[in-house]
Amino acid sequence: MTIIFDGLAEGMLLFLISVGLSVTLGLMNFVNLAHGAFAMVGGYACALLLSRAGIPFLLAVPIAAAAAALAGVILERTLYRRLYTASHLDQVLFSIGLNFMAVATAHFFFGAQQQPFVLPDFLKGQINLPGLDIGIYRLFLIVVGVILTVALQWLVGSTRFGAQLRAAVDNPRVARGLGINVDRVFTLTFALGSALAGLGGALGVEMLGLDPGFPLKYIVYFLIVVAVGGTGNIKGSLLAALMLGIFDVAGKYLVPQVGSFVIYAVMVVMLIFRPQGFFGRATTR
Amino acid sequence: MVREPALHESMMRPLAAQAPESTVAPDLAPLRRAAAWRVPEVIFWLIPLIAYFLFPKSLSLLSQIAITALFALSIDLILGYAGIVTLGHAAFFGLGAYAAGLLAKYGYGDPLLGLAFAAAVATAVGFLTSFLVLRGTDLTRLMVTLGVAMMLFEAANKATPFTGGVDGLQGVEMTRLLGVFGFDLYGKTAYWYSVAVLFVLFWVARRIVHSPFGMSLRGIKQNVARMPAIGAPVHGRLVAVYTLGAAYAGVAGALLTQTTQFVSLDVLAFTRSAEIMLMLVLGGTGCLYGALIGTIVFMTAHHFLSDLNPQYWQFWLGAALVLIVLFARDGIMGIAQRLQARLARRATP
Repeated sequence: MTIIFDGLAEGMLLFLISVGLSVTLGLMNFVNLAHGAFAMVGGYACALLLSRAGIPFLLAVPIAAAAAALAGVILERTLYRRLYTASHLDQVLFSIGLNFMAVATAHFFFGAQQQPFVLPDFLKGQINLPGLDIGIYRLFLIVVGVILTVALQWLVGSTRFGAQLRAAVDNPRVARGLGINVDRVFTLTFALGSALAGLGGALGVEMLGLDPGFPLKYIVYFLIVVAVGGTGNIKGSLLAALMLGIFDVAGKYLVPQVGSFVIYAVMVVMLIFRPQGFFGRATTR
Repeated sequence: MVREPALHESMMRPLAAQAPESTVAPDLAPLRRAAAWRVPEVIFWLIPLIAYFLFPKSLSLLSQIAITALFALSIDLILGYAGIVTLGHAAFFGLGAYAAGLLAKYGYGDPLLGLAFAAAVATAVGFLTSFLVLRGTDLTRLMVTLGVAMMLFEAANKATPFTGGVDGLQGVEMTRLLGVFGFDLYGKTAYWYSVAVLFVLFWVARRIVHSPFGMSLRGIKQNVARMPAIGAPVHGRLVAVYTLGAAYAGVAGALLTQTTQFVSLDVLAFTRSAEIMLMLVLGGTGCLYGALIGTIVFMTAHHFLSDLNPQYWQFWLGAALVLIVLFARDGIMGIAQRLQARLARRATP
């Protein structure tokens, strides 16, 4: 039971970070391997606000998300938008380049060591039930994840902005013809994706750690979630992330010799049988 | 490769039957002319010779460059010519490295035998995985290649008794090359061996990309939908070139093992897959010399800059990549060609 719960929590954390990628990669069709860099921005912002400025955790997390969103807007305005129509390969190379720069920059300013991170008291500790140990922070992650899923589903599925976004992605020219400001929609969406990354990064410091290698270390996981979940699909990403978390934790607890092998195998098998992901729709590209 | 033209003809036959005029042999002269060796190429291949006498102290670095160039060549065949995106090409490099290392460790230290064995292993795995990779879109391909490479990485990482895990595979003992040349401390044999293998395989690759098979690959890259219409079996061609690229990468990996007599786990690492792609893009994709020149520039810059400060190097590497994608999509070779065209225009106003 504990394994399943821990797996759920890890999955939820993966989901929190990857859902931002699901937005940029899935909805905007941009293979953004630099997603982990935005998560890292959030992580560093949160860790520094906590340790140096002494800002409370619940306030630091939204600020971290905002910082990542700001970074996202700046980069989208200057660089990303030139590459919306480029091939996937160009996007991959470009974002790997960004990743390298982010890693080097973080290294330069913050050094190679892990950032210290102290949770506030009310999120520490465990609830012990018979046969089940619940870490309070893990429970907190799951709650945040659920709230976010519902909110995003509502935002993309049932608001005016969501409709504009889907229209802008499906056919930018027609959307423009209908008076939708496509550039602005894309900028906002990219900011949303980055903010989610920053949020996930901030919440993830406790479990994943934070050092300059972060963007490269975890990008594979984020990509797996999005690829398996089906691009541009929040429900799919959630399911994929949870599955991945449970498989990963179970694999590491039960058969440590095998390590991360399990999740890569799961991903490859999934992609072979469902190249479009769980709930994916066929893409045109 | 030899049977490819035959396959091609059999696909063309129904068309030829309907239009008897078209059985006249097409004029192949332009293709032959394109395949002829040119002067700059000959000069280029003098570089390894000159480098040997110019930098006798850095032969190990030079061998590394030759080996990496071969690896870049392998990804150029797949990505540059056939347009198959991959984020996990190090899988085959690593397979070759471990195959050659294990073979040598268990008593068969003959270098050429090791190369053949590594090529065979990489070919087999490349052939099998090609069917997984060729399904789906670009994104799926990126993920599947990545996944396969990561699986191999984890397998090598955890199979400690077999591969040495993170400590690397030790005890690789090579016998004399061709029974004559021992691997010396200065790396002379290693250098000439790497350069010779690179040259031979480059020559083969050059023949392949100028063959009808190579032309059909470029056609597939340009327009997948139309190639079946002119009788090219797209899937078969892609499987063939993916397997070929895997074999090349395997040989490159084996060379690394044999010249360093050690296999470290990072032969399979994600960064290796990413870096080799950078080198190719830096030099220019879809051009064999692009792969070679990109590798030379990258490795040289890496050698000098990372001595200065590793982080510094990584930052500028990232910046260079961003700039290349934004402004010089065709790499150094593309820039060179544009310069050449401009000079030619100026010469003949």
